[in-house]
Amino acid sequence: MLIRHAADLSENDVTDQGLYRRRREFMTGAIAMGSAGVLGLPELARAAPLTTVKSAYTVDETLTPKDAVSGYNNFYEFGTDKDEPAKNAGSLKPRPWTVVVDGLCAKPQRFDIDALIKRFPIEERIYRHRCVEAWSMVIPWNGFPLAALLNAVQPTAKAKFVSFTTLLDPKQMPGQNENYVPWPYREGLRLDEAMNPLTLLAVGLYGETLPNQNGAPIRLVVPWKYGFKGAKSIVKISLVENQPQTSWNMINAREYGFYSNVNPAVDHPRWSQASERRIGDFFRHKTLPFNGYADQVVKLYTGMDLKRFY
Amino acid sequence: MNKRLIYIAVWLALLAPLPAVIVFGVTAFNPIEYIERNLGLWGLRFLIIGLVITPMARIFRRPTLIRYRRTVGLFAFTYVLLHWLSYIVLDLYFDWPVILKDIYKRPFITIGMAAFVALIPLAVTSTDALRRRLGPVIWERLHQLIYLIVPAGLVHYWLMVKADHRSQLAYGSIIIALLAWRITDKAQAAARRRARAAEKAARTAA
Repeated sequence: MLIRHAADLSENDVTDQGLYRRRREFMTGAIAMGSAGVLGLPELARAAPLTTVKSAYTVDETLTPKDAVSGYNNFYEFGTDKDEPAKNAGSLKPRPWTVVVDGLCAKPQRFDIDALIKRFPIEERIYRHRCVEAWSMVIPWNGFPLAALLNAVQPTAKAKFVSFTTLLDPKQMPGQNENYVPWPYREGLRLDEAMNPLTLLAVGLYGETLPNQNGAPIRLVVPWKYGFKGAKSIVKISLVENQPQTSWNMINAREYGFYSNVNPAVDHPRWSQASERRIGDFFRHKTLPFNGYADQVVKLYTGMDLKRFY
Repeated sequence: MNKRLIYIAVWLALLAPLPAVIVFGVTAFNPIEYIERNLGLWGLRFLIIGLVITPMARIFRRPTLIRYRRTVGLFAFTYVLLHWLSYIVLDLYFDWPVILKDIYKRPFITIGMAAFVALIPLAVTSTDALRRRLGPVIWERLHQLIYLIVPAGLVHYWLMVKADHRSQLAYGSIIIALLAWRITDKAQAAARRRARAAEKAARTAA
């Protein structure tokens, strides 16, 4: 038997990465479809594995189990109880999906979700997640920095803010038939916050594509802000000149500011933000300024009164 | 019907939510929140059921129903007490500075705490001996506090939620209907009394 040495192999002998990736996708797709057919599962319940790279963005804390991360959610598009998103999000169709990036930029574009996932390396980033309701998790997200996408469309000098819009479709999102939130859900960041390397567009968690109830197929993760800043199931990202309207601020401006940085010194009017309940733990944890990410983000707010700009 | 059997059934029905809350609670992703909220909710439900008994007894002419009102009320108090304990022990683990700040600063906790404190004398004076000692007038007056406590419980529940007040609206409508029944019932009774007095006066004049 002839064993060839590496030197004998030319570039032509190597299967193109795109090709073998497609084979893998085809196989996992076929397997998933087969088992979904047999088990009668909704087509959307299947999570596809993602090829991810490790990143330096990690915390040395116990991960919140996956069933809690995808079973205890605030996603009012599918109901206001924590267990309702997991029960009701089956009606969301995360494929095909297009994300429009427009506004004050040189190259406004529409991106297909799968093209986006191929275009940017998908990193694994373990972030603390702190809900404004004073509970928290530690979540291994898979995604790419928002800055990478924004750089691709080249924001103009006039762009100062970024707005995010969630899908509006009451057929897929039954909660939108109720009017407790001015739909569609919208969020926003200052451009420098959006460009911070911590700011992530997540397309998966625990190495698989996002479960619907976590904001499939693409959501924002801003780990130094309260969780509601992380708009889910995003269809549009716009570069704008003025501070955009944000949903919770529209509902109750006194309780939910535009910035909503995690801040143990500024209480929510109805509860203290000094401590948090880590899902899975009995005793409360002390809440850290900027959720423990002060080193990376405090410079964004120099000279700002964070009690006023909460 | 066997009175004792009915009592046992009532007790079991009133006790049943407790193991259910604990079993579902320990398997929930956020057990403390689940247990705390659901104990409070059952407290409110049983307080409302307590308010349902009198109108039912009157409308369906079953005065013996009144017999179960105390049991329902005491169970309601027990659930509210456990709800309060779960806040003090499970949620904040005796962090008194934070608890006192909560009571002082946060209207929904201030109102909830006031409602809880107001329930204590009602529970304490539920024994036959104390009821006799207070006499019917004072006892009734004192227990009319419930008409403030139940709406306060609802406000506490309402203010806790960020958005979506549908269930609060449902409980609120029931409470308003029950209080409205009492107001019209009182007004009708007063009208009957006036009519009788007028009749008597007319007869004596004649």
